[in-house]
Amino acid sequence: MTAYSMDNSLGGEADVILTSHVKGFYYGPFLALRNIEMKIFKNRITAFIGPSGCGKSTLLRCFNRMNDFVKGARLEGQILFNGRNIFDASVDAVTLRRQIGMVFQKPNPFAKTIYENIAYGPRINGYKGDMDELVEQSLRRAALWDEVKDKLKKPGTSLSGGQQQRLCIARAIAVQPEVVLMDEPCSALDPISTRRIEDLMQELRDLYTIVIVTHNMQQASRVSDMTAFFNVEMREGSRTGELVEYAPTTTIFQSPQKEATQAYVGGRFG
Amino acid sequence: MPEEKTNTFSALTLWVRWVNIGFIYLTCTVSVAVALWVLAIISVLIHDAQAAFHHFGMAFLMSSSWNPLGNNGQGQYGILPQIYGTLVSSWLALLIAVPLGFGVAIFLTERWPLVPPGLQTLLAFLVELLAAIPSVVYGIWGIYVLIPALVPLTMWLHVHFSGIGIFSQPPTRPSMLVAGLVLAIMILPTVTSLAREALAAVPPDLRQGSMALGATRWETLIHIILPTARSGLVGSIMLGLARAMGETMAVAMVIGNSNRINISILQPASTIPSLLANQFAEASGLQVSALMYAAFILLIITLLTNIFAEVLIGRH
Repeated sequence: MTAYSMDNSLGGEADVILTSHVKGFYYGPFLALRNIEMKIFKNRITAFIGPSGCGKSTLLRCFNRMNDFVKGARLEGQILFNGRNIFDASVDAVTLRRQIGMVFQKPNPFAKTIYENIAYGPRINGYKGDMDELVEQSLRRAALWDEVKDKLKKPGTSLSGGQQQRLCIARAIAVQPEVVLMDEPCSALDPISTRRIEDLMQELRDLYTIVIVTHNMQQASRVSDMTAFFNVEMREGSRTGELVEYAPTTTIFQSPQKEATQAYVGGRFG
Repeated sequence: MPEEKTNTFSALTLWVRWVNIGFIYLTCTVSVAVALWVLAIISVLIHDAQAAFHHFGMAFLMSSSWNPLGNNGQGQYGILPQIYGTLVSSWLALLIAVPLGFGVAIFLTERWPLVPPGLQTLLAFLVELLAAIPSVVYGIWGIYVLIPALVPLTMWLHVHFSGIGIFSQPPTRPSMLVAGLVLAIMILPTVTSLAREALAAVPPDLRQGSMALGATRWETLIHIILPTARSGLVGSIMLGLARAMGETMAVAMVIGNSNRINISILQPASTIPSLLANQFAEASGLQVSALMYAAFILLIITLLTNIFAEVLIGRH
Protein backbone atom coordinates (compact mmCIF):
# COMPACT_ATOMS: atom_id res chain seq x y z
CA MET A 1 0.00 0.00 0.00
CA THR A 2 1.36 3.37 -0.95
CA ALA A 3 1.14 5.94 1.77
CA TYR A 4 -0.38 9.05 0.26
CA SER A 5 1.05 12.26 1.62
CA MET A 6 -1.75 13.53 -0.53
CA ASP A 7 -2.22 14.05 -4.16
CA ASN A 8 -5.83 13.28 -4.86
CA SER A 9 -7.79 14.17 -7.93
CA LEU A 10 -8.67 17.60 -6.60
CA GLY A 11 -5.03 18.44 -6.21
CA GLY A 12 -3.47 20.17 -3.26
CA GLU A 13 -2.95 19.01 0.29
CA ALA A 14 -5.81 17.55 2.31
CA ASP A 15 -5.99 16.82 5.99
CA VAL A 16 -6.47 13.30 7.20
CA ILE A 17 -9.65 12.88 9.26
CA LEU A 18 -9.85 9.08 9.68
CA THR A 19 -7.06 6.57 9.72
CA SER A 20 -7.63 2.84 9.73
CA HIS A 21 -5.08 0.52 11.31
CA VAL A 22 -7.47 -2.44 11.43
CA LYS A 23 -5.44 -5.64 11.92
CA GLY A 24 -8.49 -7.87 11.96
CA PHE A 25 -12.24 -7.65 12.38
CA TYR A 26 -14.14 -10.72 13.52
CA TYR A 27 -17.78 -11.78 13.58
CA GLY A 28 -17.48 -14.47 16.24
CA PRO A 29 -14.81 -16.84 14.90
CA PHE A 30 -14.96 -15.47 11.33
CA LEU A 31 -12.33 -13.07 10.15
CA ALA A 32 -14.27 -10.53 8.08
CA LEU A 33 -11.52 -7.96 7.47
CA ARG A 34 -7.77 -7.98 7.72
CA ASN A 35 -4.97 -5.46 7.43
CA ILE A 36 -6.85 -2.38 6.40
CA GLU A 37 -4.35 0.47 6.31
CA MET A 38 -5.87 3.60 4.89
CA LYS A 39 -6.42 7.32 5.41
CA ILE A 40 -9.67 9.15 4.73
CA PHE A 41 -9.17 12.76 3.71
CA LYS A 42 -11.16 15.67 5.01
CA ASN A 43 -13.72 17.26 2.67
CA ARG A 44 -13.24 14.57 0.09
CA ILE A 45 -15.62 11.91 -1.12
CA THR A 46 -14.16 8.47 -0.68
CA ALA A 47 -15.84 5.50 -2.35
CA PHE A 48 -15.52 1.90 -1.20
CA ILE A 49 -16.08 -0.57 -4.03
CA GLY A 50 -15.72 -4.32 -4.34
CA PRO A 51 -17.67 -7.54 -4.71
CA SER A 52 -20.31 -8.64 -2.18
CA GLY A 53 -18.91 -9.86 1.10
CA CYS A 54 -15.64 -7.95 0.73
CA GLY A 55 -16.20 -6.16 4.03
CA LYS A 56 -16.63 -2.61 2.73
CA SER A 57 -19.84 -2.05 4.72
CA THR A 58 -18.27 -3.69 7.75
CA LEU A 59 -15.36 -1.26 7.63
CA LEU A 60 -17.78 1.66 7.18
CA ARG A 61 -19.67 0.56 10.29
CA CYS A 62 -16.42 0.42 12.24
CA PHE A 63 -15.92 4.16 11.69
CA ASN A 64 -18.97 5.09 13.81
CA ARG A 65 -18.85 1.94 15.92
CA MET A 66 -22.22 0.69 14.71
CA ASN A 67 -20.73 -2.79 14.90
CA ASP A 68 -20.86 -2.45 18.69
CA PHE A 69 -24.45 -3.69 18.43
CA VAL A 70 -23.48 -6.88 16.59
CA LYS A 71 -23.05 -9.77 18.99
CA GLY A 72 -19.59 -11.31 18.78
CA ALA A 73 -18.13 -8.49 16.70
CA ARG A 74 -14.53 -7.77 17.64
CA LEU A 75 -11.87 -5.52 16.25
CA GLU A 76 -8.12 -5.78 16.51
CA GLY A 77 -6.17 -2.66 15.75
CA GLN A 78 -7.09 0.99 15.78
CA ILE A 79 -9.14 3.56 13.94
CA LEU A 80 -8.06 7.14 14.50
CA PHE A 81 -10.56 9.97 14.21
CA ASN A 82 -8.79 13.32 14.26
CA GLY A 83 -5.79 11.49 15.67
CA ARG A 84 -7.64 9.73 18.50
CA ASN A 85 -8.36 6.01 18.67
CA ILE A 86 -12.14 5.62 18.62
CA PHE A 87 -11.92 2.29 20.46
CA ASP A 88 -10.12 3.92 23.35
CA ALA A 89 -11.84 3.39 26.71
CA SER A 90 -12.18 7.15 27.08
CA VAL A 91 -14.16 7.50 23.84
CA ASP A 92 -17.92 7.41 24.17
CA ALA A 93 -19.52 5.75 21.14
CA VAL A 94 -22.65 7.89 21.51
CA THR A 95 -20.60 11.10 21.27
CA LEU A 96 -18.59 9.65 18.39
CA ARG A 97 -21.78 9.03 16.40
CA ARG A 98 -22.75 12.67 16.79
CA GLN A 99 -19.60 13.55 14.89
CA ILE A 100 -19.74 10.72 12.38
CA GLY A 101 -23.24 10.43 10.92
CA MET A 102 -24.64 7.66 8.79
CA VAL A 103 -27.10 7.19 5.94
CA PHE A 104 -28.37 3.66 5.43
CA GLN A 105 -29.05 1.48 2.43
CA LYS A 106 -32.81 1.59 2.86
CA PRO A 107 -34.35 4.98 3.67
CA ASN A 108 -35.44 4.75 7.32
CA PRO A 109 -37.37 7.88 8.30
CA PHE A 110 -38.82 7.77 11.81
CA ALA A 111 -42.57 7.48 12.35
CA LYS A 112 -42.66 11.23 12.98
CA THR A 113 -43.37 14.35 10.98
CA ILE A 114 -40.83 15.60 8.46
CA TYR A 115 -39.96 18.41 10.86
CA GLU A 116 -39.53 16.07 13.82
CA ASN A 117 -37.41 13.67 11.78
CA ILE A 118 -34.85 16.48 11.43
CA ALA A 119 -35.31 18.02 14.88
CA TYR A 120 -34.89 14.73 16.77
CA GLY A 121 -31.10 14.48 16.41
CA PRO A 122 -30.28 18.09 17.38
CA ARG A 123 -32.77 17.91 20.25
CA ILE A 124 -31.27 14.81 21.88
CA ASN A 125 -27.88 16.40 21.39
CA GLY A 126 -28.96 19.44 23.39
CA TYR A 127 -29.13 21.92 20.50
CA LYS A 128 -30.07 25.32 21.93
CA GLY A 129 -30.36 27.47 18.80
CA ASP A 130 -33.34 28.20 16.57
CA MET A 131 -34.76 24.80 15.65
CA ASP A 132 -36.91 26.08 12.75
CA GLU A 133 -33.85 27.61 11.20
CA LEU A 134 -31.78 24.46 11.62
CA VAL A 135 -34.54 22.29 10.12
CA GLU A 136 -34.81 24.61 7.12
CA GLN A 137 -31.05 24.79 6.68
CA SER A 138 -30.67 21.00 6.86
CA LEU A 139 -33.50 20.43 4.39
CA ARG A 140 -32.04 23.04 2.03
CA ARG A 141 -28.63 21.41 2.19
CA ALA A 142 -30.27 18.09 1.40
CA ALA A 143 -32.02 19.72 -1.58
CA LEU A 144 -35.40 18.80 -0.16
CA TRP A 145 -36.67 22.09 1.23
CA ASP A 146 -38.65 23.23 -1.81
CA GLU A 147 -40.47 19.92 -2.02
CA VAL A 148 -41.48 19.69 1.65
CA LYS A 149 -41.63 23.26 2.98
CA ASP A 150 -45.44 23.27 2.84
CA LYS A 151 -45.88 19.89 4.49
CA LEU A 152 -43.44 19.80 7.37
CA LYS A 153 -46.18 18.38 9.60
CA LYS A 154 -46.77 15.40 7.29
CA PRO A 155 -45.21 12.08 8.28
CA GLY A 156 -41.73 11.45 6.91
CA THR A 157 -42.94 8.11 5.59
CA SER A 158 -45.41 9.88 3.25
CA LEU A 159 -42.53 10.97 0.99
CA SER A 160 -41.27 9.04 -2.04
CA GLY A 161 -38.26 6.73 -1.66
CA GLY A 162 -35.82 9.28 -3.08
CA GLN A 163 -37.24 12.06 -0.91
CA GLN A 164 -37.09 9.80 2.14
CA GLN A 165 -33.40 9.18 1.51
CA ARG A 166 -32.74 12.92 1.19
CA LEU A 167 -34.71 13.36 4.44
CA CYS A 168 -32.34 10.86 6.04
CA ILE A 169 -29.37 12.82 4.71
CA ALA A 170 -30.90 16.04 6.08
CA ARG A 171 -31.44 14.27 9.39
CA ALA A 172 -27.81 13.15 9.48
CA ILE A 173 -26.38 16.60 8.70
CA ALA A 174 -28.73 18.36 11.13
CA VAL A 175 -26.50 17.10 13.97
CA GLN A 176 -23.61 18.88 12.23
CA PRO A 177 -21.28 15.92 11.97
CA GLU A 178 -17.80 16.08 10.48
CA VAL A 179 -18.13 12.88 8.54
CA VAL A 180 -21.16 11.36 6.80
CA LEU A 181 -20.97 7.63 6.13
CA MET A 182 -23.24 6.38 3.36
CA ASP A 183 -23.92 2.68 3.07
CA GLU A 184 -25.14 2.12 -0.50
CA PRO A 185 -27.49 5.10 -0.18
CA CYS A 186 -28.90 4.78 -3.70
CA SER A 187 -29.33 1.04 -4.03
CA ALA A 188 -33.07 1.23 -3.29
CA LEU A 189 -33.67 4.27 -5.52
CA ASP A 190 -34.56 4.89 -9.15
CA PRO A 191 -32.00 6.50 -11.51
CA ILE A 192 -33.44 10.02 -11.23
CA SER A 193 -33.42 9.98 -7.41
CA THR A 194 -29.93 8.48 -7.55
CA ARG A 195 -28.74 11.35 -9.72
CA ARG A 196 -30.17 13.90 -7.31
CA ILE A 197 -28.36 12.32 -4.39
CA GLU A 198 -25.12 12.20 -6.34
CA ASP A 199 -25.46 15.93 -7.15
CA LEU A 200 -26.22 16.56 -3.50
CA MET A 201 -23.04 14.79 -2.43
CA GLN A 202 -21.01 17.17 -4.60
CA GLU A 203 -22.61 20.12 -2.85
CA LEU A 204 -22.01 18.66 0.59
CA ARG A 205 -18.36 17.94 -0.03
CA ASP A 206 -17.23 21.39 1.08
CA LEU A 207 -18.93 21.00 4.45
CA TYR A 208 -18.47 17.33 5.27
CA THR A 209 -16.24 14.39 4.63
CA ILE A 210 -18.21 11.70 2.85
CA VAL A 211 -17.44 8.00 2.73
CA ILE A 212 -19.74 6.03 0.47
CA VAL A 213 -20.04 2.30 -0.04
CA THR A 214 -21.40 1.49 -3.47
CA HIS A 215 -21.96 -1.51 -5.69
CA ASN A 216 -22.27 0.79 -8.62
CA MET A 217 -18.90 1.47 -10.21
CA GLN A 218 -20.23 4.25 -12.42
CA GLN A 219 -21.43 5.93 -9.27
CA ALA A 220 -18.03 5.64 -7.65
CA SER A 221 -16.33 7.11 -10.72
CA ARG A 222 -18.88 9.91 -10.99
CA VAL A 223 -18.97 11.10 -7.40
CA SER A 224 -15.77 10.22 -5.60
CA ASP A 225 -12.35 11.80 -5.28
CA MET A 226 -10.71 8.71 -3.82
CA THR A 227 -11.63 5.09 -4.40
CA ALA A 228 -10.76 2.06 -2.34
CA PHE A 229 -11.13 -1.34 -3.97
CA PHE A 230 -11.75 -4.27 -1.62
CA ASN A 231 -11.68 -7.94 -2.52
CA VAL A 232 -12.48 -11.25 -0.84
CA GLU A 233 -9.86 -13.86 -0.02
CA MET A 234 -10.18 -17.16 1.83
CA ARG A 235 -8.31 -16.76 5.13
CA GLU A 236 -8.42 -19.08 8.13
CA GLY A 237 -11.42 -20.80 6.58
CA SER A 238 -13.54 -17.69 6.21
CA ARG A 239 -14.21 -15.17 3.48
CA THR A 240 -12.11 -12.24 4.47
CA GLY A 241 -12.14 -8.74 3.01
CA GLU A 242 -8.90 -7.02 2.12
CA LEU A 243 -8.00 -3.64 0.78
CA VAL A 244 -6.46 -4.25 -2.64
CA GLU A 245 -5.89 -0.76 -3.93
CA TYR A 246 -6.60 2.75 -2.70
CA ALA A 247 -5.89 5.73 -4.89
CA PRO A 248 -7.45 8.78 -6.51
CA THR A 249 -10.56 7.72 -8.38
CA THR A 250 -9.11 8.55 -11.80
CA THR A 251 -6.17 6.26 -11.10
CA ILE A 252 -8.38 3.37 -9.98
CA PHE A 253 -10.59 3.60 -13.05
CA GLN A 254 -8.01 4.55 -15.69
CA SER A 255 -4.72 3.06 -14.64
CA PRO A 256 -5.15 0.66 -11.74
CA GLN A 257 -1.92 -0.87 -10.47
CA LYS A 258 -3.30 -4.24 -9.34
CA GLU A 259 -4.59 -6.90 -11.65
CA ALA A 260 -7.67 -7.60 -9.48
CA THR A 261 -8.65 -3.93 -9.61
CA GLN A 262 -8.26 -3.94 -13.36
CA ALA A 263 -10.44 -7.01 -13.65
CA TYR A 264 -13.11 -5.59 -11.36
CA VAL A 265 -13.40 -2.10 -12.81
CA GLY A 266 -13.16 -3.61 -16.29
CA GLY A 267 -16.28 -5.61 -15.47
CA ARG A 268 -14.60 -9.02 -15.64
CA PHE A 269 -15.86 -10.10 -12.21
CA GLY A 270 -17.87 -8.84 -9.28
CA MET B 1 -48.80 -33.60 -26.99
CA PRO B 2 -49.55 -29.92 -26.33
CA GLU B 3 -53.29 -30.71 -26.59
CA GLU B 4 -53.05 -33.36 -23.88
CA LYS B 5 -51.33 -30.93 -21.62
CA THR B 6 -54.03 -28.33 -22.18
CA ASN B 7 -56.68 -30.90 -21.28
CA THR B 8 -55.21 -31.93 -17.94
CA PHE B 9 -54.58 -28.28 -17.25
CA SER B 10 -58.22 -27.27 -17.76
CA ALA B 11 -59.51 -30.25 -15.79
CA LEU B 12 -57.34 -29.19 -12.90
CA THR B 13 -58.53 -25.62 -13.22
CA LEU B 14 -62.16 -26.74 -13.04
CA TRP B 15 -61.50 -28.79 -9.92
CA VAL B 16 -59.55 -25.97 -8.31
CA ARG B 17 -62.27 -23.53 -9.21
CA TRP B 18 -64.93 -25.63 -7.48
CA VAL B 19 -62.80 -26.04 -4.42
CA ASN B 20 -62.23 -22.29 -4.42
CA ILE B 21 -65.90 -21.48 -4.66
CA GLY B 22 -66.77 -24.04 -2.00
CA PHE B 23 -64.12 -22.67 0.29
CA ILE B 24 -65.31 -19.10 -0.12
CA TYR B 25 -68.91 -20.10 0.66
CA LEU B 26 -67.81 -22.16 3.66
CA THR B 27 -65.72 -19.40 5.23
CA CYS B 28 -68.42 -16.83 4.46
CA THR B 29 -71.11 -18.96 6.14
CA VAL B 30 -68.98 -19.51 9.22
CA SER B 31 -68.16 -15.80 9.54
CA VAL B 32 -71.81 -14.78 9.18
CA ALA B 33 -72.84 -17.45 11.71
CA VAL B 34 -70.39 -16.12 14.29
CA ALA B 35 -71.56 -12.54 13.75
CA LEU B 36 -75.19 -13.64 14.10
CA TRP B 37 -74.32 -15.50 17.26
CA VAL B 38 -72.95 -12.33 18.85
CA LEU B 39 -76.10 -10.43 17.83
CA ALA B 40 -78.24 -13.27 19.20
CA ILE B 41 -76.54 -13.11 22.59
CA ILE B 42 -76.99 -9.35 22.75
CA SER B 43 -80.64 -9.52 21.73
CA VAL B 44 -81.40 -12.25 24.29
CA LEU B 45 -79.75 -10.08 26.96
CA ILE B 46 -81.85 -7.09 25.95
CA HIS B 47 -85.01 -9.17 25.74
CA ASP B 48 -84.59 -10.78 29.14
CA ALA B 49 -83.64 -7.47 30.72
CA GLN B 50 -86.83 -5.77 29.48
CA ALA B 51 -88.66 -6.16 32.80
CA ALA B 52 -85.78 -4.56 34.71
CA PHE B 53 -85.46 -1.79 32.08
CA HIS B 54 -89.11 -0.90 32.66
CA HIS B 55 -88.99 -1.16 36.43
CA PHE B 56 -85.79 0.73 37.15
CA GLY B 57 -84.81 2.60 34.02
CA MET B 58 -81.61 4.62 34.37
CA ALA B 59 -82.01 4.64 38.15
CA PHE B 60 -80.59 1.10 38.02
CA LEU B 61 -77.20 2.64 37.31
CA MET B 62 -77.47 5.18 40.12
CA SER B 63 -78.81 3.08 42.94
CA SER B 64 -76.83 0.96 45.34
CA SER B 65 -79.51 -1.27 46.79
CA TRP B 66 -79.68 -4.92 45.86
CA ASN B 67 -82.65 -6.18 47.79
CA PRO B 68 -84.91 -8.96 46.48
CA LEU B 69 -87.41 -8.20 49.25
CA GLY B 70 -87.46 -4.42 48.84
CA ASN B 71 -90.14 -2.35 47.11
CA ASN B 72 -92.98 -4.30 48.78
CA GLY B 73 -91.53 -7.68 47.92
CA GLN B 74 -91.11 -6.90 44.21
CA GLY B 75 -87.39 -6.42 44.60
CA GLN B 76 -85.24 -3.28 44.46
CA TYR B 77 -82.08 -3.38 42.38
CA GLY B 78 -79.26 -1.05 41.44
CA ILE B 79 -75.63 -1.68 40.45
CA LEU B 80 -73.78 1.55 41.15
CA PRO B 81 -71.33 -0.17 43.59
CA GLN B 82 -70.71 -2.89 41.02
CA ILE B 83 -70.02 -0.40 38.23
CA TYR B 84 -67.68 1.45 40.57
CA GLY B 85 -66.02 -1.80 41.68
CA THR B 86 -65.59 -3.03 38.09
CA LEU B 87 -63.95 0.21 36.99
CA VAL B 88 -61.77 0.69 40.07
CA SER B 89 -60.54 -2.91 40.31
CA SER B 90 -59.70 -3.07 36.60
CA TRP B 91 -57.92 0.30 36.57
CA LEU B 92 -56.05 -0.70 39.73
CA ALA B 93 -54.97 -3.84 37.88
CA LEU B 94 -53.82 -1.76 34.90
CA LEU B 95 -51.92 0.60 37.15
CA ILE B 96 -49.83 -2.34 38.34
CA ALA B 97 -49.76 -4.56 35.25
CA VAL B 98 -48.94 -1.93 32.59
CA PRO B 99 -45.62 -0.66 33.99
CA LEU B 100 -44.67 -4.21 34.92
CA GLY B 101 -45.76 -5.67 31.57
CA PHE B 102 -44.11 -2.92 29.52
CA GLY B 103 -40.95 -3.30 31.56
CA VAL B 104 -40.86 -7.02 30.89
CA ALA B 105 -41.69 -6.49 27.20
CA ILE B 106 -38.87 -3.96 26.84
CA PHE B 107 -36.44 -6.27 28.57
CA LEU B 108 -37.46 -9.13 26.30
CA THR B 109 -37.20 -7.18 23.03
CA GLU B 110 -34.09 -5.06 23.58
CA ARG B 111 -30.75 -6.68 22.89
CA TRP B 112 -28.52 -6.40 25.92
CA PRO B 113 -24.78 -6.92 25.81
CA LEU B 114 -24.74 -9.28 28.82
CA VAL B 115 -28.07 -11.10 28.52
CA PRO B 116 -28.06 -14.32 26.50
CA PRO B 117 -31.01 -14.45 24.06
CA GLY B 118 -31.90 -17.90 25.44
CA LEU B 119 -32.73 -16.33 28.81
CA GLN B 120 -35.06 -13.85 27.11
CA THR B 121 -36.89 -16.65 25.30
CA LEU B 122 -37.23 -18.60 28.54
CA LEU B 123 -38.59 -15.57 30.42
CA ALA B 124 -41.06 -14.79 27.64
CA PHE B 125 -42.31 -18.37 27.83
CA LEU B 126 -42.68 -18.24 31.63
CA VAL B 127 -44.62 -14.98 31.52
CA GLU B 128 -47.00 -16.44 28.94
CA LEU B 129 -47.43 -19.47 31.16
CA LEU B 130 -49.27 -17.17 33.60
CA ALA B 131 -52.11 -17.13 31.08
CA ALA B 132 -52.40 -20.91 31.28
CA ILE B 133 -53.32 -20.87 34.98
CA PRO B 134 -57.10 -21.24 35.42
CA SER B 135 -58.98 -18.36 36.99
CA VAL B 136 -60.15 -20.39 40.00
CA VAL B 137 -56.55 -21.28 40.83
CA TYR B 138 -55.75 -17.57 41.05
CA GLY B 139 -58.76 -17.25 43.37
CA ILE B 140 -57.57 -20.03 45.67
CA TRP B 141 -54.06 -18.61 45.65
CA GLY B 142 -55.50 -15.17 46.44
CA ILE B 143 -57.45 -16.47 49.43
CA TYR B 144 -54.84 -18.74 50.98
CA VAL B 145 -51.56 -17.10 50.03
CA LEU B 146 -51.92 -13.50 48.92
CA ILE B 147 -54.46 -12.31 51.50
CA PRO B 148 -52.51 -13.54 54.58
CA ALA B 149 -49.27 -12.27 53.06
CA LEU B 150 -50.78 -8.82 52.51
CA VAL B 151 -52.01 -8.33 56.06
CA PRO B 152 -48.85 -6.62 57.39
CA LEU B 153 -48.66 -4.38 54.31
CA THR B 154 -52.32 -3.30 54.43
CA MET B 155 -52.06 -2.65 58.17
CA TRP B 156 -48.97 -0.57 57.62
CA LEU B 157 -50.63 1.38 54.79
CA HIS B 158 -53.65 2.09 56.94
CA VAL B 159 -51.64 3.10 60.00
CA HIS B 160 -49.30 5.43 58.14
CA PHE B 161 -51.48 6.76 55.33
CA SER B 162 -54.98 6.78 56.79
CA GLY B 163 -55.17 10.44 55.79
CA ILE B 164 -55.29 9.35 52.15
CA GLY B 165 -58.81 8.31 51.14
CA ILE B 166 -57.92 5.00 49.53
CA PHE B 167 -56.25 3.81 52.76
CA SER B 168 -58.66 5.55 55.11
CA GLN B 169 -60.46 2.54 56.58
CA PRO B 170 -59.09 -0.45 58.46
CA PRO B 171 -58.14 -3.32 56.15
CA THR B 172 -60.34 -6.39 55.77
CA ARG B 173 -58.94 -9.62 54.41
CA PRO B 174 -60.81 -9.76 51.09
CA SER B 175 -60.73 -6.32 49.52
CA MET B 176 -60.59 -4.20 46.40
CA LEU B 177 -56.80 -4.08 46.70
CA VAL B 178 -56.50 -7.88 46.70
CA ALA B 179 -58.82 -8.09 43.69
CA GLY B 180 -56.74 -5.46 41.88
CA LEU B 181 -53.52 -7.34 42.62
CA VAL B 182 -54.90 -10.71 41.51
CA LEU B 183 -56.28 -9.10 38.35
CA ALA B 184 -52.93 -7.44 37.70
CA ILE B 185 -51.19 -10.81 37.72
CA MET B 186 -53.89 -12.31 35.54
CA ILE B 187 -53.68 -9.64 32.84
CA LEU B 188 -49.89 -9.43 32.97
CA PRO B 189 -49.36 -12.08 30.26
CA THR B 190 -51.89 -10.36 27.96
CA VAL B 191 -50.26 -6.97 28.39
CA THR B 192 -46.73 -8.37 28.18
CA SER B 193 -47.13 -10.53 25.12
CA LEU B 194 -49.03 -7.92 23.11
CA ALA B 195 -46.58 -5.20 24.11
CA ARG B 196 -43.70 -7.49 23.23
CA GLU B 197 -45.15 -8.15 19.79
CA ALA B 198 -45.68 -4.42 19.24
CA LEU B 199 -42.09 -3.63 20.23
CA ALA B 200 -40.62 -6.49 18.22
CA ALA B 201 -42.49 -5.23 15.13
CA VAL B 202 -40.59 -1.92 15.17
CA PRO B 203 -38.16 -2.14 12.22
CA PRO B 204 -34.53 -2.51 13.39
CA ASP B 205 -33.62 0.18 10.82
CA LEU B 206 -35.26 2.79 13.00
CA ARG B 207 -33.26 1.79 16.03
CA GLN B 208 -30.04 1.92 13.99
CA GLY B 209 -31.04 5.25 12.48
CA SER B 210 -31.54 6.70 15.92
CA MET B 211 -28.33 5.27 17.36
CA ALA B 212 -26.41 6.61 14.35
CA LEU B 213 -27.56 10.12 15.26
CA GLY B 214 -25.85 9.79 18.61
CA ALA B 215 -28.89 8.76 20.60
CA THR B 216 -28.43 6.57 23.65
CA ARG B 217 -30.35 3.33 24.02
CA TRP B 218 -32.69 5.07 26.44
CA GLU B 219 -33.37 8.02 24.11
CA THR B 220 -33.99 5.62 21.25
CA LEU B 221 -36.45 3.65 23.34
CA ILE B 222 -38.39 6.69 24.56
CA HIS B 223 -38.40 8.78 21.39
CA ILE B 224 -38.35 6.21 18.60
CA ILE B 225 -39.29 2.68 19.66
CA LEU B 226 -42.21 3.40 22.00
CA PRO B 227 -43.90 6.01 19.75
CA THR B 228 -43.56 3.71 16.74
CA ALA B 229 -45.11 0.82 18.67
CA ARG B 230 -47.76 3.15 20.10
CA SER B 231 -50.89 1.62 18.61
CA GLY B 232 -49.86 -1.90 19.59
CA LEU B 233 -49.06 -0.74 23.11
CA VAL B 234 -52.43 0.97 23.48
CA GLY B 235 -54.02 -2.22 22.17
CA SER B 236 -52.22 -4.26 24.84
CA ILE B 237 -53.52 -1.92 27.58
CA MET B 238 -57.06 -2.05 26.27
CA LEU B 239 -57.13 -5.82 25.93
CA GLY B 240 -55.75 -6.10 29.45
CA LEU B 241 -58.43 -3.72 30.67
CA ALA B 242 -61.20 -5.62 28.90
CA ARG B 243 -59.93 -8.85 30.37
CA ALA B 244 -59.78 -7.35 33.89
CA MET B 245 -63.31 -5.99 33.63
CA GLY B 246 -64.73 -9.30 32.51
CA GLU B 247 -62.80 -11.53 34.93
CA THR B 248 -65.22 -13.28 37.24
CA MET B 249 -64.18 -16.27 39.32
CA ALA B 250 -60.96 -15.06 40.90
CA VAL B 251 -62.46 -11.65 41.66
CA ALA B 252 -65.61 -13.13 43.21
CA MET B 253 -63.34 -15.17 45.50
CA VAL B 254 -61.15 -12.33 46.80
CA ILE B 255 -63.10 -9.07 46.58
CA GLY B 256 -65.45 -9.66 49.52
CA ASN B 257 -68.66 -8.96 47.54
CA SER B 258 -69.81 -6.01 49.55
CA ASN B 259 -72.72 -4.11 48.07
CA ARG B 260 -71.56 -0.59 48.79
CA ILE B 261 -69.12 1.96 47.54
CA ASN B 262 -66.16 2.47 49.79
CA ILE B 263 -63.44 4.88 48.84
CA SER B 264 -60.90 2.82 50.81
CA ILE B 265 -59.38 0.08 48.65
CA LEU B 266 -58.56 -1.83 51.84
CA GLN B 267 -62.28 -2.56 52.19
CA PRO B 268 -64.40 -5.16 50.39
CA ALA B 269 -66.19 -4.28 47.16
CA SER B 270 -68.03 -5.94 44.31
CA THR B 271 -67.92 -6.01 40.53
CA ILE B 272 -70.58 -6.73 37.93
CA PRO B 273 -69.12 -10.17 37.08
CA SER B 274 -68.77 -11.09 40.76
CA LEU B 275 -72.39 -9.97 41.36
CA LEU B 276 -73.59 -12.19 38.52
CA ALA B 277 -71.57 -15.16 39.76
CA ASN B 278 -72.88 -14.77 43.30
CA GLN B 279 -76.54 -14.13 42.51
CA PHE B 280 -77.62 -16.23 39.56
CA ALA B 281 -78.12 -19.44 41.55
CA GLU B 282 -80.88 -18.07 43.79
CA ALA B 283 -82.36 -15.60 41.35
CA SER B 284 -85.86 -15.75 39.96
CA GLY B 285 -88.36 -13.39 38.36
CA LEU B 286 -87.37 -9.74 38.34
CA GLN B 287 -83.99 -10.55 39.87
CA VAL B 288 -83.04 -12.56 36.77
CA SER B 289 -84.05 -9.62 34.65
CA ALA B 290 -81.95 -7.31 36.85
CA LEU B 291 -78.94 -9.62 36.41
CA MET B 292 -79.51 -9.53 32.62
CA TYR B 293 -79.60 -5.74 32.83
CA ALA B 294 -76.32 -5.79 34.78
CA ALA B 295 -74.77 -8.11 32.18
CA PHE B 296 -75.93 -5.76 29.44
CA ILE B 297 -74.28 -2.81 31.23
CA LEU B 298 -71.02 -4.79 31.51
CA LEU B 299 -71.21 -5.45 27.79
CA ILE B 300 -71.73 -1.74 27.10
CA ILE B 301 -68.77 -0.79 29.31
CA THR B 302 -66.40 -3.20 27.53
CA LEU B 303 -67.77 -2.08 24.16
CA LEU B 304 -67.12 1.58 25.05
CA THR B 305 -63.61 0.62 26.19
CA ASN B 306 -62.92 -0.97 22.83
CA ILE B 307 -64.34 1.99 20.89
CA PHE B 308 -62.25 4.33 23.02
CA ALA B 309 -59.20 2.22 22.22
CA GLU B 310 -59.96 2.36 18.49
CA VAL B 311 -60.26 6.13 18.64
CA LEU B 312 -57.04 6.39 20.62
CA ILE B 313 -55.14 4.21 18.16
CA GLY B 314 -56.69 5.77 15.08
CA ARG B 315 -56.10 9.35 16.07
CA HIS B 316 -52.45 9.45 14.96
